[in-house]
Order: sequence, then structure tokens, then C-alpha cells
Amino acid sequence: MPNMNPKKCPMPEQAPDVRNKNFEEVTLGYTAEMAVEEAQRCLNCKNKPCMTGCPVQVKIPEFIALVAEGKFLEAAAKIKETSALPAVCGRVCPQESQCECHCVRGIKGEAVAIGRLERFVADYARENSTEKAVKPESNGHKVAIVGAGPAGLTCAGDLARMGYEVTVFEALHTAGGVLMYGIPEFRLPKTIVQKEIDTLKDLGVEFVLNFVVGRSETIDELFGDGYEAIFVGSGAGLPTFIGVPGENANGVYSANEYLTRINLMKAYKENADTPIYHAKKVAVVGGGNVAMDAARCAKRMGADEVYIVYRRSEKELPARLEEIHHAKEEGVVFKFLTAPLEVLSDENFNVTGLKCQQMELGEPDASGRRRPIPVEGSEFVLDLDCVIAAIGTSPNPLIRHTTPGLDTNRKGCIVADDEHGITSKDGVFAGGDAVTGAATVILAMGAGKRAAAAMDEYIKNKNK
Amino acid sequence: MYQILKKQTLNANTKLMVIEAPHVARKAEPGQFIILRVSAEGERIPLTIADFDREKGSVTIIFQEVGATTMALGALNEGDCLHDFVGPLGKASELEGLKKVAVVGGGLGCAIAYPQAKKLHEMGAEVDLIAGFRSKDIIILEDEMKNACTNLHIVTDDGSNGRKALVTQVLKELIDAGNQYDAVIAIGPMIMMKFVCETTRPYGIKTIVSMNTIMVDGTGMCGGCRLTVGGETKFACVDGPDFDGHLVDFDSAMRRGAMYKAQERAAVERREEHCNLFKKEVK
Repeated sequence: MPNMNPKKCPMPEQAPDVRNKNFEEVTLGYTAEMAVEEAQRCLNCKNKPCMTGCPVQVKIPEFIALVAEGKFLEAAAKIKETSALPAVCGRVCPQESQCECHCVRGIKGEAVAIGRLERFVADYARENSTEKAVKPESNGHKVAIVGAGPAGLTCAGDLARMGYEVTVFEALHTAGGVLMYGIPEFRLPKTIVQKEIDTLKDLGVEFVLNFVVGRSETIDELFGDGYEAIFVGSGAGLPTFIGVPGENANGVYSANEYLTRINLMKAYKENADTPIYHAKKVAVVGGGNVAMDAARCAKRMGADEVYIVYRRSEKELPARLEEIHHAKEEGVVFKFLTAPLEVLSDENFNVTGLKCQQMELGEPDASGRRRPIPVEGSEFVLDLDCVIAAIGTSPNPLIRHTTPGLDTNRKGCIVADDEHGITSKDGVFAGGDAVTGAATVILAMGAGKRAAAAMDEYIKNKNK
Repeated sequence: MYQILKKQTLNANTKLMVIEAPHVARKAEPGQFIILRVSAEGERIPLTIADFDREKGSVTIIFQEVGATTMALGALNEGDCLHDFVGPLGKASELEGLKKVAVVGGGLGCAIAYPQAKKLHEMGAEVDLIAGFRSKDIIILEDEMKNACTNLHIVTDDGSNGRKALVTQVLKELIDAGNQYDAVIAIGPMIMMKFVCETTRPYGIKTIVSMNTIMVDGTGMCGGCRLTVGGETKFACVDGPDFDGHLVDFDSAMRRGAMYKAQERAAVERREEHCNLFKKEVK
């Protein structure tokens, strides 16, 4: 008989006014007892509606059934059949709009906590499994992956399991992409990401760090080195700035820069070499997950007042519900229907404030969301010493400019078909933010996974 | 990887290092830069490529020990290794087609002006190289520069080495003497580049500057290196580092460059406090 409690087993977490002063993980994870109890809420539906929402096709009801029986290592193996990074996905996937929104239990209560269970299983396996991944027998074919972010890592893992000799080229000094430089420690501990990367190394994946494809070598030169197919998962690219006067003032950051200084360069640690503003009053412009991460980091870096400035209403916020909820608990103040007009600064060019304007929602625009319209005479000033722009990115031009025959769209994103990641250039596949523009970790992983299958087919056909 | 093959002291606080980095050496061109980290916990700092040897797979960097990271770098010796060394980054300087050029270097900027002059000289262009230093004691690369140009003009702010003048005075005299330059290339402190641009502006001579901005990743991700060029936001790491100097908003670039001054000073003090290595005398 399943557990008919309409509510999810609650997730233990650090108290808001404690955690907003440290960078340790916010949520603490289920205990084995909690995991079993929650797993028993799953009805094990025959048609598996939850799986339809998962870009990497995790066998959700099957792994949850194993959890319910206390077979945690078996459950981990079940997830690993299709997902390369379960400890990551369990923490950062927007489950409410992917798997959990399809859960039957969600109709008359809360969905089964699929994400929390996935995290539990992955963490349990990491701590208790002695099994080490081993490099499968080589099939003799070399493939290259450009970018060690979620798309590239997933693609690399799948290809390595098929027996390919996989080399991942990464521009930064650390593999992991946004998992390392973007998502903060308190949401995704870096030791966990590193562990997932180490597993790929055990599978035989070779990582070449400090290597900028497009500069160190071009895509065509990689083919010359004997790689038979190449996956480009180079990420979202250059930050977009707000486009208002004053935004080159000192104290205006892109979220990418702010988060990179903190996460990748460890500026949150005392005595870190990488400098950062320890601002007291911060506004983050934008409403996505990156904006929430920046705002919550600012709080932890010692800011007394942190605002999210968002030009639509709460309903339109693109961030995960959990991030919004956590940000609010930690004292981040949301300024909805507010648009920035100008960054104000003093004679030394330091930020002093953000001039804003109140908005109201009009008719839906091309994105289907109601268009914000300025309310006349509603200007006001937020007193600040730091402004962070978290309003998206535009594609990095490096690969586009150095790869003849690789088509990009009007925005500069690589054109690749969603099903297989096939681009206009023979042997080149692409996926993740480089194709879609800034999106989520799990969508990038899905693209990496599908591309791996397509690359396998491509190489097999070519060698027939 | 990234072993220091050679270390040379150029003046009291300026050092040259030849680093083993075949990936970088294979593709490096004048005008491009690298980013390095000294240690696993260190910051990423950009340095312009001063020279390279494709056959030996080595890249030369020249740096001034002004901050915590450059001090830590300067404390390493031949045989030691850097933790990270990535490049070549940025666009190579566009030197094709230039027949007569004035290359202006200021202080440490001469280390970057030198490879440009060298390449132009090798391409057969006539190169007037104007190198400015604060005083005689800090003159670097004199012999190298002599061999990389048609005419070398070294000036100092204090007159301790022959002529006391600013680079802009020399440049103006050369222009007024009838030298018709296809372009002026200026590399040095932003304030110097700004005034070189002001000097050439009335004559309408194309002036290229190399913008050494604050950077983190250097590959087009963080946006920290942004500057205003012709009213638009540009990124030094992917759009530059070379820009049309007549379009660069130097005042805002200089203010951004000073953003972390206080923190950088604190980092130096912290190191000096904790590490005897840095308590050395500056001769």
C-alpha cells in the first residue's frame, strides 16, 4: 500500500538566517528513512508520465521502486543507465516543469519528490559505493568534445561508455562549465561536480584544460588531428548588459563575472587572490535562476540589502520555484514590475544607485508573456553600491568566426537539429546553450545525450 | 606542463620569462595575450605575448611585479612550473599592408610594442619605434628594439638617458617633419595611449591601441573587460585587445581599471605579511 500523504516529505535545510551568511549547501538531503518514506508515495504508474518530461529519460518509477525497497545502490545504477550526472540533476533541475509536473500524485496534492530522491540516491552511491567506473574496450575511434559543461560532459560520458576515445577540450582551468563557474557552492557543492568529472576520467575520457577551440586550434584542425566527429557544447557566451546609461560604472557586474569571481575563483573565501566588491546594497536585474544565484551570493558576501529588479510580475519569473522561495527566505527583496533606467554613480565613478521605473502589464508579446509597459511619472531611485546584470547572454563568436561551413542563426547561435544535434558542417554536432541560448543544465544534458547517439551512428555509417 | 625555461631580470621590478607552452606558441601572433595562474588557488591574470618560438614551443612574457600575483610569479625560478597558461587569446594585430608605421611604447608597454615592431620590420615595413620610460634605470629591451625597427627613439621622463621628452612630443615632431605614417600603434599605460590618440587625431592618422583591461576568463564569458568604443560596448578579450584609439572612451576605461586598487594593495600586504619570500629589498 503506497504512502498516501498528500505532501512531500520535507527537505531538511539550513535555517534562512544562518545559511544566508555561509556558502555551505542550503538543503541537507534526505536521510535513508525519509527517502524510503517518500519513495513509497510513488504509485509506479504503468504509463510513466514523469519520464515524458525528462530530457535524459531517467527511468524514474523504476529507480524510485528500488529506493522504496531500500536498494539504494541498485537505484543509483538504474539512474546511471541514462544519466551521467544524477547528483547534479537532483540539485539543479527544474523538476516542477519537467518530471514532477507530470506526476499523478500532483493532481490531489504534491508530486513525488523525484529530484530529492534522485539526489539522495546519487549522494548515497557516492558515499557508499566502492565500485569504480572502468574504461570500456576501445572501438578505435576518436571523438572530440568542445566545452566541459553539462552538454559536453554528458556527450563525453555516453560516447566513452560506447567505447570511443573521447577528448574534452576546455577553455577554463577547471572542467565543469557552468556547474563550476556559475552555480554557487551552496546550491551545488563543487566536490560533487568534481566527483562526477572524475567518474568520466575513470571511463577513459581525457580532459585537455586551458585549450580554447577557435584560438588554440580550430575545429578543422581538430579533424586534422584524427577526431572523426566533434561535439560543440561551448556554452552561452557573452553577457548581455542592460543597455542603460552608466552601466560601465565601477560596481556594475554581469552575473557571469560576479558568479565566476565567487565560484570559480573562490572570492568568497577570506584571503582569496581574486578581488570582488563587498557591496552593502545590491540590485540584481533579471528574474531567472542566474539572477537568484547572484542575489543569494550577494547576501552571503555581506550585503545588507539585496533587490531583484524584474520588469514583469512574480507570475512571469523564469527561475525555479525553489530558488525564488529560498531567495525570499534569505531576505532578498523582490521589486516586481520595475525596469532600470539608469545606473547612477558618484564623481569617482562608483555606483550610487539605480534609477527605476514602475511598469504595468499589457497585452502578451511574441514570447506569450504579457508585455511590461512603463507607468508615467513613476520613476524612483534605489540607493545601491552594486548592480548586477542577469538578463541573458549572446553567443560567443570564437567558434563561429573560425569554423567555415558552420551555420549560425541571426542571433549567432549554432544551428543544429534538436533530435540529433546535427549542424551544417559534416561531422560537427552541437548542443546546449551554444545552440539554444541560455537555458537549463538538464536541457543541455539532453542535447549532449542525443548528439552522442547521433555521433555514434554517423561514425558507424561513415566506416561501413 | 608550462615550465619556466628561462627567467631574466630586465629592471628592478620587471622580469622576462620564457614558458613552455606548445599549444600557445603554435598559434601566437603579435597583439594576442595569454592568461595564467601561478598556483591552484591563484587568480587569473592576462599578459600580452611578448615573443614566441614555434619550434621550441615556447612563449615569452614580460611583467612588472606590482600585485600579489605578479610578485608570486616573479618569485618562481627556471624549472618551476605555472599552474595554468592559456592562449593565444584575443585577436592578432592587423598589420598586413602597412608600409610605414610609428610604434609607440610606454614603459612595460614596450614589451608588447616590441613584437609588433619586429613583425612589421620583418614584413618589410619602415618602422619608427618611439619608446618612453620614466628613467634610465627601467629601460628594457633596448637591443631587441634596436633590431626591430628602422629608427629607435628612446626618451625618458627625467632626461636620465639622453633626451628628456614625452613620447607624444617625439611623435608630433616626426609627423611634422613630414613622415607619412599609414598607422600609429600605441601600447602602454592608458593615459599615454590616450594622449597619443589626441596627438594623431588632428592629423587623421589611424591609431591602434592595445587595451589591457581587467579580465577573468578572457574567452568571452564574464564581460569584465568591457569598454566603450565608438559609443558601443565592446569586449577586449574577443573584440580586441586592439581597437581604433580614436573611438575608445579612455576616461571610462581608466576608471574601470582602478576598480580593485584598494583590494589589490591589501592582497600585496597580506602576502608580505605571510611570506618572507616577498620581503625582499628592491635594489
